[in-house]
This record gives sequence, structure tokens and C-alpha cells, in this order.
Amino acid sequence: MSSIIVRVKQKQISQLVSKGKRLDGRGLTDYREIKIEQGVVEKAEGSARVLLGKTEVMAGVKLEIGQPFSDTPNEGVLTVNAELVPLASPTFEPGPPDENSIELARVVDRGIRESKAIELEKLCIEPGKKVFVVFVDIYVLNHDGNLIDASALAATAALLNTKMFNYEIEDGEVKIKPGFSPLPIRKHPVAITFAKINNTLIVDPWLEEEQTMDARLTITVDDEGKICAMQKGGSGYFTPKQVLEAAKIAKEKAEEIRKKLNW
Amino acid sequence: MNEKIEKLINDKGLRLDGRKPEELRPIKIEVGVLSNADGSAYIQQGKNKILAAVYGPKELHPKHLALPDRTVLRCRYHMAPFSVQERKSPAPSRREIELSKVIREALEPSLFLEYYPRTAIDIFIEVLQADGGTRCASITAASLALADAGIPMRDLVAACAAGKVDDTIVVDLMDAEDKKGTADVPVALMPNFNAITLLQMDGDLTMKEFEKAFNMALEGCRKIYTLQKEALKAKYLNVKEVEE
Repeated sequence: MSSIIVRVKQKQISQLVSKGKRLDGRGLTDYREIKIEQGVVEKAEGSARVLLGKTEVMAGVKLEIGQPFSDTPNEGVLTVNAELVPLASPTFEPGPPDENSIELARVVDRGIRESKAIELEKLCIEPGKKVFVVFVDIYVLNHDGNLIDASALAATAALLNTKMFNYEIEDGEVKIKPGFSPLPIRKHPVAITFAKINNTLIVDPWLEEEQTMDARLTITVDDEGKICAMQKGGSGYFTPKQVLEAAKIAKEKAEEIRKKLNW
Repeated sequence: MNEKIEKLINDKGLRLDGRKPEELRPIKIEVGVLSNADGSAYIQQGKNKILAAVYGPKELHPKHLALPDRTVLRCRYHMAPFSVQERKSPAPSRREIELSKVIREALEPSLFLEYYPRTAIDIFIEVLQADGGTRCASITAASLALADAGIPMRDLVAACAAGKVDDTIVVDLMDAEDKKGTADVPVALMPNFNAITLLQMDGDLTMKEFEKAFNMALEGCRKIYTLQKEALKAKYLNVKEVEE
């Protein structure tokens, strides 16, 4: 339940948005500052820490050798998991993943999977038997809104930073050889999240805007400007016109962010 | 390993089950099928067979979860172990947990939740047989179950998916099309408000393709809406005269 202070702010945020303004001075389609640091955890095969304003997310990539899925025997396996660790927000509780962290992981997963960002077919060691399994673990360290976009950025940045160990096969056994090669990445999906406040769309909502919004819409766009994933959230709705408008803005914003990051 | 993938759209432009791209599967809906539930509905959409039941408004346990200004809507989407080719473990999967959340959020905007403070309304969805597009069929059935339970609502929620198979945009994908196709866009709509309450997408679509698929799904929702109303009328319009 929201406190009185939050309610006063909600009213203020809502009134400002209807005038085309935001509490933190941003324009309706402005992102907060994005800072990315890669290779922050040496023991992980790849890692990145992303700051989106005050929202902070870390992603780590671990590689293991495992079995492929029976319907894709020649492809590596991607697994995305997200943890809303209790130190990140007073609303996060310890325990098994709840629906919010599962949704977060699955939306990030869909963006990477559906854009075919990782060349999974290059991760096959022995068809049907041995492939690389890519574990992407998203760790939310500070929650100040828009966890989806920050997590998607962290996941992609960590994958770009991932080193695969070299190997050779000797008598059916995988032997690790010295040296590393980069994980083959072909696409850089960028997730753009909208919040609907007072029937107006804004991008990159921060925490208090999320507490005010009626509904949320995430659109993930790949390098060619194609849409590869979408997810509506929240207990409100969008009109068809708003959805198409959001798709257009998402394409522009994704391009802008990719250019800024040199992806 | 796997044999040549058969064509999903034949030379005449027809789909595996003979449908045209803009054609829905045969749909059968029945309202009020479970005697214990406050409201219920059953839907058959192609080979999908789904039951939805609503219990409530009722007291919420544990009590500290109750809200002072509105009811708590809870939703469980669950697939029977025998509903798919390979047995599905009955424990809720991550997919089912996500779908339970998005289905709840698709139905919430249609309800006057503030009418029943400090209570809970439970929606249970059991997929008995799955053949693609179960989340949409579940929403269609669950909205009717809510209506059958007499929960005040702004509008029914109708849901339908569209997607891309073999470079053709088609509506209401069945399992084979969903698996081998390249995109899937499930949409839920409150037709009287033109309000989209569920929107997901996975695959790879250009802006133009997305717009086409999106509009096709909306058209599908409107057709399903007509069927929903007919199903409600079938139960509630034919009141039998009771002899004294």
C-alpha cells in the first residue's frame, strides 16, 4: 500500500506528465544516463554492471558443458535467470523467485533468444550430446525503476564480454586447451520500456513513475529495427494507437542507445 | 536428423488444417459448466480444451494480504500433465507462473475491483489439452467465468493471437504453426473500450508486419467477443418457466 507522501507525489507526477514534463526534468522520451562497466567479476566468463540512473543491475555469464534440447541437437542452450536480491529494495523478500523476477528473466530471455543474438549453432561440441550451456544470471542491486531495460542491457553487455575456453576432443572427452575466444554474438537487442501515466506514454520510468503508472509496455528491437519481443504489464490497458506509437518510438530509441554504446 | 520441414502454407495459400490466413479455428464455448464454482466456462478452440473457474469474492487467507480498498484478484494458469505430447510435470513451471501473471493483468482492467474491499477473487484455469494459443483461449474463458460468477465488469475480455508462418501473417496459430512459425503476437481486447489488456510478442517482425499481425489479432478478438456473448446468452437468455 502506498504512503501519503507517495500519493502526493503520484498526483504531482501525473499532472506534470499531462503537461509534457517529468519530476526529474527529463522529456517524455528521454532515458536516464546509462553507464556500463564490463568484466567486473573475474571468475565469471563474462560480466557487466549497468547503471540506469540510480537503478543498478549486474549480470554474470557462466558457461558449462551440458546436453542440448532434443529439438535443437546442434545448438547451445541459453538460460536466463533473475534475482531480485533483498538488498536492492525494501519490497524485495528473500526466497524462491516470485512472479516478478520470473517475468523479468523471461522478458530478457525472449529478447536475446528471439533476436538470435547468440550464435547458438556455434556452441555445439558433439551434436545431440554435448553443447555449451550459457547461463545468464541477472542480479538486481538497486531498484529505482525500469528493471527490464537495465537488465536487458546488462545481459547483452555481459554476453559481449564473455570468453569461451578453447577445447579439443580426445577419445570422446572434452579437453580444455589454453586460451580463450569470444562468445559469438550477432545481434544486440535493446529493450525499451514505456509507462502509461495519465493516458500519456513515457519511456524509462523510474521508481515513483512506476508506482504511478497504469500499465507498462516493453518492446525489444534488434539491430535491423525489427521487433523481437514485447510484453505488456500492469493492471491498466493501452489503445491500439498507443501500441503503434510506442513501436515507432522504441525503434528510434533502440537505435539511439545502440549508437551511444557502439553496439 | 529431422526430415524436411513440411510447408506450413500450401500453394493455394491454405494452412495445415485447411484454414485461410485470416480464419479462426472452430470455437465452442459453454458457460456454467462446474456446479461448485461461483462461475465457470469451458472453451474448445481447435484442439485446445480449457476449463476456467471463479471462486469469490470470498475471505482472503492469510488475512494480512487483504487490501482495504479493493479485492485481491488471484489467477492460476495450469496445464494438466497429459495436455501435451510429452508429460508435463504438474509442478508450476516458470512459463505457467508468468502466464498466470499476464492473464491476471489482462483481466484486471475489466473488473470493478473496488466493489469488494478486503476480499479475494480466485481464477483457476486448467488446460486439459493444449494446441497453441492456450493463454488467449484461457483469457476468453476466464472472462466468461467471471461474468458467470456475477462479478461486475466494464466489458468482457476477448483474446486472440496472430503470427508469422512461412512469411505469411496468420491469425489463431495452432501448435505446429506456433513451434515452426517465426513470430507470435497474443493480444487481449476489451472491444467496447478498444482497450488492449494483454500484449506479448516473440519472434522477428518488421514494423509493417507487426502492424498487420496486430490488426489481424484485434479482428480475431472481435470475432471471439461475438461468440462469448452468444455463449452467455445461451445460458442466461433461455430461462425455463417453472411450473407452480
